[in-house]
Amino acid sequence: MSSLAQKHKKLERNVTLLGLGAFITVAIGGIVEIAPLFWIDSTVEKVEGVRPYTPLELAGRNIYIREGCYSCHSQMIRPFRDEVERYGHYSLAAESMYDHPFQWGSKRTGPDLARVGGRYSDEWHVQHLIDPRSVVPESIMPPYAFLAEKELKAGDMVKHLRAQRRVGVPYTEEAIAAANEDLMAQADPTASTSDLEERYPKAQARDFDGDPDRLTEMDALVAYLQMIGTLVDFEAGEAQEQPR
Amino acid sequence: MDTLLLKAGGWLAIVFFAFIAMVLAADAGFAVHMAIIALAAGITLWVTINKADYAAIGRGILKAPDPGVYDDDPVRWGVIATIFWGIAGMAVGLIIALQLAFPVLNLNNEFTTFGRLRPLHTSAVIFAFGGNALIATSYYVVQRTCRARLAFPGLARFVFWGYQLFIVLAATGYLMGVTQSKEYAEPEWYVDLWLTIVWLSYAAVFIGTIVRRSEPHIYVANWFYLAFILTIAMLHVVNGLSMPVSLLGSKSYSAFAGVQDALTQWWYGHNAVGFFLTAGFLAMMYYFVPKQAERPVYSYRLSIIHFWSLIFLYIWAGPHHLHYTALPDWAQTLGMVFSIVLWMPSWGGMINGLMTLNGAWDKIRTDPIIRMMVLALAFYGMSTFEGPMMSIKAVNSLSHYTDWTIGHVHSGALGWNGMITFACLYYLVPRLWGKERLYSLRMVNWHFWLSTLGIVLYAASMWVAGIMQGLMWREYGDDGYLVYAFSEVVSAMLPMYLIRAAGGLLYLAGAIVLVYNVWMTIAGKQRDEKPMTETPHNEDLDKPIVGKPAIAPAE
Repeated sequence: MSSLAQKHKKLERNVTLLGLGAFITVAIGGIVEIAPLFWIDSTVEKVEGVRPYTPLELAGRNIYIREGCYSCHSQMIRPFRDEVERYGHYSLAAESMYDHPFQWGSKRTGPDLARVGGRYSDEWHVQHLIDPRSVVPESIMPPYAFLAEKELKAGDMVKHLRAQRRVGVPYTEEAIAAANEDLMAQADPTASTSDLEERYPKAQARDFDGDPDRLTEMDALVAYLQMIGTLVDFEAGEAQEQPR
Repeated sequence: MDTLLLKAGGWLAIVFFAFIAMVLAADAGFAVHMAIIALAAGITLWVTINKADYAAIGRGILKAPDPGVYDDDPVRWGVIATIFWGIAGMAVGLIIALQLAFPVLNLNNEFTTFGRLRPLHTSAVIFAFGGNALIATSYYVVQRTCRARLAFPGLARFVFWGYQLFIVLAATGYLMGVTQSKEYAEPEWYVDLWLTIVWLSYAAVFIGTIVRRSEPHIYVANWFYLAFILTIAMLHVVNGLSMPVSLLGSKSYSAFAGVQDALTQWWYGHNAVGFFLTAGFLAMMYYFVPKQAERPVYSYRLSIIHFWSLIFLYIWAGPHHLHYTALPDWAQTLGMVFSIVLWMPSWGGMINGLMTLNGAWDKIRTDPIIRMMVLALAFYGMSTFEGPMMSIKAVNSLSHYTDWTIGHVHSGALGWNGMITFACLYYLVPRLWGKERLYSLRMVNWHFWLSTLGIVLYAASMWVAGIMQGLMWREYGDDGYLVYAFSEVVSAMLPMYLIRAAGGLLYLAGAIVLVYNVWMTIAGKQRDEKPMTETPHNEDLDKPIVGKPAIAPAE
């Protein structure tokens, strides 16, 4: 032991050695744990149906992030009987493969939202966001009435999609060029949505906030909420038995 | 004169460019932030011009600082900033605690919702209160233990003010909804870049001072500060990697997605705890506990072993925030194993701190500052036991997503970080302002008990709340159905949330007692009070007995 202390004297008399030693020591864990996730193929399983967000969903997701919804709502169902019964099929890594950033969350002050899409009507969501306690008396969620008032100013969605592609989301040139039109079309009940649906399978196009004359932040957020967890069709998957 | 012109010109250029960026901004948040930057640069410009000693410049002699005293101005500012942000952060914490009990307090307004105030609370207490305490104490400690003045005094001041600007940008950003949504790393790309500049300057000042030391050895507190500074730089840069949508807008998209983003974030998040709130604060402990106890550190060898094992192991523990998620099993298991092993070096630090009191245990009774330090170390030990326990997958399946985690964090933050910081502030204030003693030691005692009671209420209520949530969520009836709707679990939390808010209120009240005490101390007042030592002493009895024969010795 005393020899350890003797050897250590070298380090503690030289700030370069000490700093370098400390830095190498702290770098190891991250390299061993995080780096393989980028190249081990099985980290994100291959699943059919997952696609990048439509411009309107992305704008809604940005509002979800802006309001800090992740502080109270997780989007990660764990593979337990109670969670699967309460929220739906447990979450797969592939379902968040285009999530920059991820929204798994760490706290359930409110329920998990990983499969909230399609569970409630648009009207329910709008009413619940405007005044949560009018539909769930026990709720302690803040009211978000201002979303219905504020016009959606998502910014230039072309730039948003391009930034997304720079970090690896496979938007096509065509999808990027049409981003602003796609955003408008998805919330406009009178617009043609065939292009949108071709680019984004399963995209739901309609007026979401009950006010077809205006495109509000509420439209975008509800469009996002209604699609979370709906892309992968778990019903279609056959139960598979391991061959004996 | 040339340097003065250069400096003033530089600040003017920043004002100019920030103003242009404000006009061209893509969103309101970015515009407000550019206005704040322009204002900050404008104030600096004004101070640069006004404070310049033109007479001295004219004579060609510049007043050099006195090399015979330590450079403590930034430390004094840091002490005040620590207290200011501490009160602000704790007050916001109390507000959001009350919002969970009374949702009407969200005020039906976009700027005051829980979702926006929660990152304001966490960042204010961790980075504004904790960060200022770390920067101020590291400046103080590194000078004393190296017997040298701060290297680069101008840069040291830049670090202080630059860090305050970072805090203001981050805090105002949260209120406006400018956030990356990565917990404890919410500031957007341009604020992240600014913090990187400030942080590297901080590293330069700290390491530069060590290089200038007059002592051959680098004291153990500085190892911890050094590891903290380097590791935070690494974590901040990697986790902050993102792609701005526009160079004139606040929004950016994280460089990573999904599972990779999640593990990068919790590698960062857990080590913000491990290095910001643990290594940095252990550095404070390694200087201030021995000083206040007037005893040397208990074991030199233990400090070597626990330093290297702590910094090596902490980095691995991140995946325990992602148990049973879509993160691969191997990473979860690795995270769990290292988290459990981490218990040992953590307790190594606690033992080294507590045993430093060997031979001075009586001071727990007589010195409320020592008492605070011991409480801090006890809570450090408690939460570094609780943490590894909660990282066990079976336990975590119950505790994750519940208020138990919130309780765990707060027993560490309020008990360990808060109490050790308060103790250091009480140590520093009379020395930094040249006062004989604190205004009142008895008020320190009051602070101690208010805080302790507050922490007990907080931790206990959150244990109950968390375990109750976990059990109610998974409760099955005889019919094979889930018993409770989610909303029923929410309403069951109300009493716990009220007790928690009461605990927070007591803790905040303790901190306000500190403000008063520090204020009066700096004002030069001393409270007329009974001393804390009350060991009875009877002078009449304190003498040998004479006139009686001594007991006869045995034959």
